[in-house]
Amino acid sequence: MALFGKKTRYTSVTVRKRDIPDGLWVKCPGCGEIVYRNALAEALQVCPKCQYHFPMSRAERIALLTEPASWSEWDAHLRSADPLEFTGATSYREKLEENIRTTGHPDAVSCGGARIGPHEVALGVMDFAFLGGSMGSVVGEKITRLIERATAERRPVVIVCASGGARMYEGMLSLMQMAKTSAACARHRDAGLPYIAVLTNPTTAGVMASFATLGDVIIAEPGALIGFAGPRVIRETTQQELPPGFQTAEFLLDHGLLDAVVHRRDLKTVLIRLLDYLAPAGAAVPAPAP
Amino acid sequence: MPSTYVLPFEKPIAELEQKLRELHRFSEEQDIDVSGEIRRIEEKIRELRRKIYSELTPWQQVQVARHPQRPYTRDYIGAMMREFVELHGDRRFGDDAAMVGGFATIGSHRVMVIGTQKGRDTKSNVRCHFGCALPEGYRKALRLMRLAARFGRPIVTLIDTPGAYPGIESEERHIAEAIAVNLREMFTLPVPIVVAVIGEGGSGGALGIGVGDRILILEHAYYSVISPEGCAAILWKDRAYADRAAAVLKLTAADLRRFGLVDEVVPEPEGGAHAAPAMAATLLAAAITRALDDLVRVPSAELLDARYRKFRQMGIWIEGAADAVPPGPRDADPAAGA
Ligand SMILES: [Zn+2]
Repeated sequence: MALFGKKTRYTSVTVRKRDIPDGLWVKCPGCGEIVYRNALAEALQVCPKCQYHFPMSRAERIALLTEPASWSEWDAHLRSADPLEFTGATSYREKLEENIRTTGHPDAVSCGGARIGPHEVALGVMDFAFLGGSMGSVVGEKITRLIERATAERRPVVIVCASGGARMYEGMLSLMQMAKTSAACARHRDAGLPYIAVLTNPTTAGVMASFATLGDVIIAEPGALIGFAGPRVIRETTQQELPPGFQTAEFLLDHGLLDAVVHRRDLKTVLIRLLDYLAPAGAAVPAPAP
Repeated sequence: MPSTYVLPFEKPIAELEQKLRELHRFSEEQDIDVSGEIRRIEEKIRELRRKIYSELTPWQQVQVARHPQRPYTRDYIGAMMREFVELHGDRRFGDDAAMVGGFATIGSHRVMVIGTQKGRDTKSNVRCHFGCALPEGYRKALRLMRLAARFGRPIVTLIDTPGAYPGIESEERHIAEAIAVNLREMFTLPVPIVVAVIGEGGSGGALGIGVGDRILILEHAYYSVISPEGCAAILWKDRAYADRAAAVLKLTAADLRRFGLVDEVVPEPEGGAHAAPAMAATLLAAAITRALDDLVRVPSAELLDARYRKFRQMGIWIEGAADAVPPGPRDADPAAGA
């Protein structure tokens, strides 16, 4: 619980107006309209005009998907080290400090136990705002522990993904987190347990090429950028014009990767329904209405 | 096959070799015995090569790993193994020339060998995308690995790729998913897997056939989360800083050994594998055979457990105090409440 402070209660997704700093407007990348942040927060960070899905904070995401007060955080104490003593234009240490300061979180993923409808799940929520949601040792270890604990406690896994890939600042230690998390997925799967991956904007590269695409069911939010290589790299390598909508959720639905593209307002309902079918002790089938 | 492609830092060696050739010609034409001088220069070349190759910078290592005359996967299969039966296709979409596979025999072991393959000329490089595999390449690899597992054959993978192919068709056929499934499934194959990075270990495209019980890397190969050029473009907005990027990424065989990410660094002949390909193959074959000799004796359940534990312990982090919270705002978003 430490992460969200003492007074946090996820009683409702809607937010009281007085909690929001006034006078904040954003330009919607979807339609170019100027949107009031208040309106956005009340609409689950979805543009009221064009349905563009803005990023959600971890607290908002947890509030969106889980039952009130059902979230308990796991492994919040893990901190990134600087094993390569990485220094570029700025050092990794400085980057970490800056991202911890601006996000209020120690790294790019929060993991925990929570209830989604009647289902006790293991939930991971990635945060693009923290170093592009990149996966270094801490993200890899926390995701692995999440999946391992889910296997031990026979819980379904739900991971809300948002990541630019493996974290460059930890070099090969980051790359190996792809193998480590995938190994945990293998054991969870062998135990006959379900895993639902929710891909949000953007999910790419090393995370995409590991646990993000290993879901038994893979869902994405509308318009999310999803892919392996970046569009610029592809254009430079192949000298080809990229097709319209390339690497969007809708493109990947058409090309058969995704099970569904789901609007944020329906996400929890869809997850509950899927878990009803997938969860080990699935809820009893209710009697049909007369 | 003496190397004719000269890396910038190999120039002093090439100059001496040129001098040596001239001396040979002179001696033939004039019928004068200069064998003393020839021996002296040959000794000097050996000396110089030893010195240069013992002091390679990380960026120079990368250049050696990319040397166009370095032995590639097919060269190693040809030199280390016998009775190779190549198998093609993923039974889904196509056959990827950048991913080679088939049964082969090494020492006393009948194995499945799989590896990424670079081309030697424009034509072959067009076919195999300079060693960058497509989704069907990774799926072909998995098909062959499962085939090996069904019949109890150990698997040997050889890695030499700049990375998975970054193209429209790769994305349309889900390269990320193909790699991810390989990562997961390689943890379930109940036969020994020996992985050898023989040249370039380009990020996820390399790891896609890189899960195993023994991870070997050739002395001058590299293995990196991102190419030095890509890293330089991010850090200094200029690919020309690749030399600095190569140093900060800690991508050399020695670095990887230090971080516990590879089990063994396989020595290369003096002057790199391209200077003496046959010798390089002998050294690699010995390391692979040794690993197989050990691993075939391990019961499969133990093998799978050890493989899991091996990758499970990778990573370096700090176990902070149980309820330490970082400084700064608790949460920048309104839903956290006030
Ligand atoms: Zn909009």
